Amino acid sequence: MNKTIKTALRDTLAVLGGYMVLGFGFGILMHASGFHLLHTLLMSLFIYAGSMQFAAVGLMTGGASLLTAAVTTLMVNARHIFYGISMLEKYQHTGKAKPYLIFGLTDETYSLVCRETEMPDEEKKRYYRWVTALDHVYWVTGSLMGAAVGTMVQFNTEGIDFSLTALFLTVFLEQWLTKKDHAPALMGVLISSICLLIFGSEHFLIPAMLVIALLLCLYTGREAKERG
Amino acid sequence: MDNTHVWLTIAVMALVTAGLRFLPFLIWSGKRKTPALIERLGQVLPCAIMGMLVVFCLKDTRFGTPSGFVPALAGCAVVTVTYLWKRNTIFSVVAGTVCCMLLMQLVF
Repeated sequence: MNKTIKTALRDTLAVLGGYMVLGFGFGILMHASGFHLLHTLLMSLFIYAGSMQFAAVGLMTGGASLLTAAVTTLMVNARHIFYGISMLEKYQHTGKAKPYLIFGLTDETYSLVCRETEMPDEEKKRYYRWVTALDHVYWVTGSLMGAAVGTMVQFNTEGIDFSLTALFLTVFLEQWLTKKDHAPALMGVLISSICLLIFGSEHFLIPAMLVIALLLCLYTGREAKERG
Repeated sequence: MDNTHVWLTIAVMALVTAGLRFLPFLIWSGKRKTPALIERLGQVLPCAIMGMLVVFCLKDTRFGTPSGFVPALAGCAVVTVTYLWKRNTIFSVVAGTVCCMLLMQLVF
């Protein structure tokens, strides 16, 4: 097997576990809420955003307006703007696959492609494509299986979604170990925690993002000035 | 539920999500030079984002009862210790998840 595919398969293993199970849960929920398999398939294919899709089930069964749906999506997924900003350079010369790579930039895919690698440029591009496509396949497969056979499976999966938390934590730790400057990482944790305490779990993400962006701009601006 | 409304809702959510992901690339496309500020921001963002995502994942932790925080925090401790020890992602993810699941299902 091609070396790039092997690396991508190995790196996405944690996502495989998390996505299959979460996707499965999403499929079960869709089925239980009376939606067609086709709804599940198209949502996982084209929305492709885990937490948003769970929120969507409630919106759709509750008969929410299109405007409510749009605003909720904006709030829940605003963090994706950050992924784009930090991938501008890495995805700059990725050619025809670029729109797909951007479309597939979920939390989990981002956590894998944002890491610094030693790969040569051509291989890196292939790696991005494989990681993005594999994650997408895991998610769609998991949700379809959940919608199709979910009710037949008896396996206590409580707590298995921790695998995605664990994945993010390992990426965080790896960055901590390899970077000398820990200020951005600390800012991310502290500002988010403070905003969580102030605004609550439903609304903290957007204020946290704004404060993080602002402080990081000030921080890197000051650094650039010092370097002259 | 009105089926047309469901399809429209799905379309809206897909478009808004994709719009958010594409936005930075649309604003700072190849022809226009990316401002230095945004370039620097892009370099330091990954570390801050990962910290934010970890907090985001733990947002439903509740300190009122042990079952609200022990499984997740024990899982995080296992991930951290095993990662510092072996520096192997899969090993840490599996160890942390198993620990969290066992605590949730058997203890609490």
